[in-house]
Amino acid sequence: MRSLKNIARTFLLLDIAAGLRVTLKYFFKAKATLNYPFEKGPLSPRFRGELALRRYPSGEERCIACKLCEAVCPAQAITIEAEEREDGSRRTTRFDIDMVKCIFCGFCQEACPVDAIVLGPNFEYSTETREELLYTKEKLLENGDRWETEIAANLEADAKYR
Amino acid sequence: MVMTEVEVKNYNLNFGPQHPAAHGVLRLIMELDGEVVERLDPHIGLLHRGTEKLIEYKTYLQAIPYFDRLDYGAPMNQEHAFALAVEKLLGCEVPERAKYIRVLYAELSRIMNHLMCTTTHAMDVGAMTPILWGFEEREKLLVFYERVSGSRMHAAYFRPGGVHQDLPDGLAEDIYAWTESFPKVLDDMASLLVENRIFKQRNVDIGVADRPAAYDWGFTGVMLRSTGVPWDLRKAQPYDGYEKFDFDIPVGKHGDAYARFLIRFEEMRQSLRIMRQAIEKMPKGPITTLDPKISPPKRADMKTSMEALINHFKLYTEGYRVPEGEVYVATEAPKGEFAIYLVSDGSNRPYRCKIRAPGFCHLQSLDWMCRGHMLADVPAVLGSMDIVFGEVDR
Repeated sequence: MRSLKNIARTFLLLDIAAGLRVTLKYFFKAKATLNYPFEKGPLSPRFRGELALRRYPSGEERCIACKLCEAVCPAQAITIEAEEREDGSRRTTRFDIDMVKCIFCGFCQEACPVDAIVLGPNFEYSTETREELLYTKEKLLENGDRWETEIAANLEADAKYR
Repeated sequence: MVMTEVEVKNYNLNFGPQHPAAHGVLRLIMELDGEVVERLDPHIGLLHRGTEKLIEYKTYLQAIPYFDRLDYGAPMNQEHAFALAVEKLLGCEVPERAKYIRVLYAELSRIMNHLMCTTTHAMDVGAMTPILWGFEEREKLLVFYERVSGSRMHAAYFRPGGVHQDLPDGLAEDIYAWTESFPKVLDDMASLLVENRIFKQRNVDIGVADRPAAYDWGFTGVMLRSTGVPWDLRKAQPYDGYEKFDFDIPVGKHGDAYARFLIRFEEMRQSLRIMRQAIEKMPKGPITTLDPKISPPKRADMKTSMEALINHFKLYTEGYRVPEGEVYVATEAPKGEFAIYLVSDGSNRPYRCKIRAPGFCHLQSLDWMCRGHMLADVPAVLGSMDIVFGEVDR
């Protein structure tokens, strides 16, 4: 009986027919692809994208040059130099992040005691030259200003888990 | 009759390192007699990054991201082995909830890996459709990764002592809903492949390994189970509470490429069972060890308590010191026994971190498994071995 079934399957192409039936079923299903620049996949509040330096609502930069992020960075992508400012507060004079080295582990964001350095929701920052990916303090602060609304909302949404 | 002497010369063929069927940067020097493989020499090391040496210069926390980058098909399984090894040296207790989250994500990663492996294997032998369906499902799993860790692949989520952050609200429910819709896709993929005559012609009796050879060449995981040995570290030496879960271990008979394919398919179903149990039974509570010298404080505490701030600074600069000693911790990664041999000299960095990658042991037997087969069978054997060069070359 079993061999008869096998013979029938072989000569009637039943295995192929079963496969084709399934394929045909999928033919009429909704497409799973996204029309990328116009449609994008979902991102959670925890997403680790482009780095940014944040400011306080007063416009004062948050970073106090404690260098924790520099110490914890496994890829050693962060370089910080600090000096006392005229008003006596300790601030960075140089805050460079080599985005070519960065591995987006998020340890700098975890380590930062004042929520200054964050990995924002932006993932579309490709450049034409390598030099453009060597971010300076100005570029990082500019990123922070541009994405502040989204970053603040994400930190707020994730606050109870951190 | 006059016999003329004909000189026959074998043909040498370079396969890779840039070849779509090489599953990464594998270079094979093949000695062919016509189309039959006589000898085959895998040249590895093209993706060598010196991970083991780099880890010796990183603190235990900083070493975590390196493990994501070994087998990028299932990143969290590698982190799991390292986290367990460090915990064993530290002798620290892991909370129940952290164990359940780790089991949930380890099994999720197993499905991720098998989806990639089985469908690319099918594509290597000519079936184009399953990979499209498989990667559609894999994408959903990557979204689950992203929701829990912030990154789609390089999660850095399992930490010594527990996991990084708790599951966000609604994620467990979404994963559970996915485990109920996924078997349908699995059945559809199976209907295209399992009984299909072309797929069977390309895989049955290809790359056969018998039991003694499997032992001799250090096979583990699916490669060993395909020869009929019911060896699975999740059952043999359970870690992170695997003994509390009810699941079966699929075992093959013939040890050929087809058996390995079927075992991976069945393992996905078993992983779904474990994931459902993990979500149903997951207790409430802390997600990382309560020892403030190992796991950093909550941010709210760090900003109000001086003690917590000191610990925070200490942990993110120097890290924690691990007692002197050496351990070998093996886990059942999707590809086989993934193990860490960790030696600590009592400082804040590992003295040595040997990574035992299953793919490395499997790849070295490619030579005898392919001997006598046709050239076109090499990708089928390679595909059924489930090789990822991140972990082979390290």
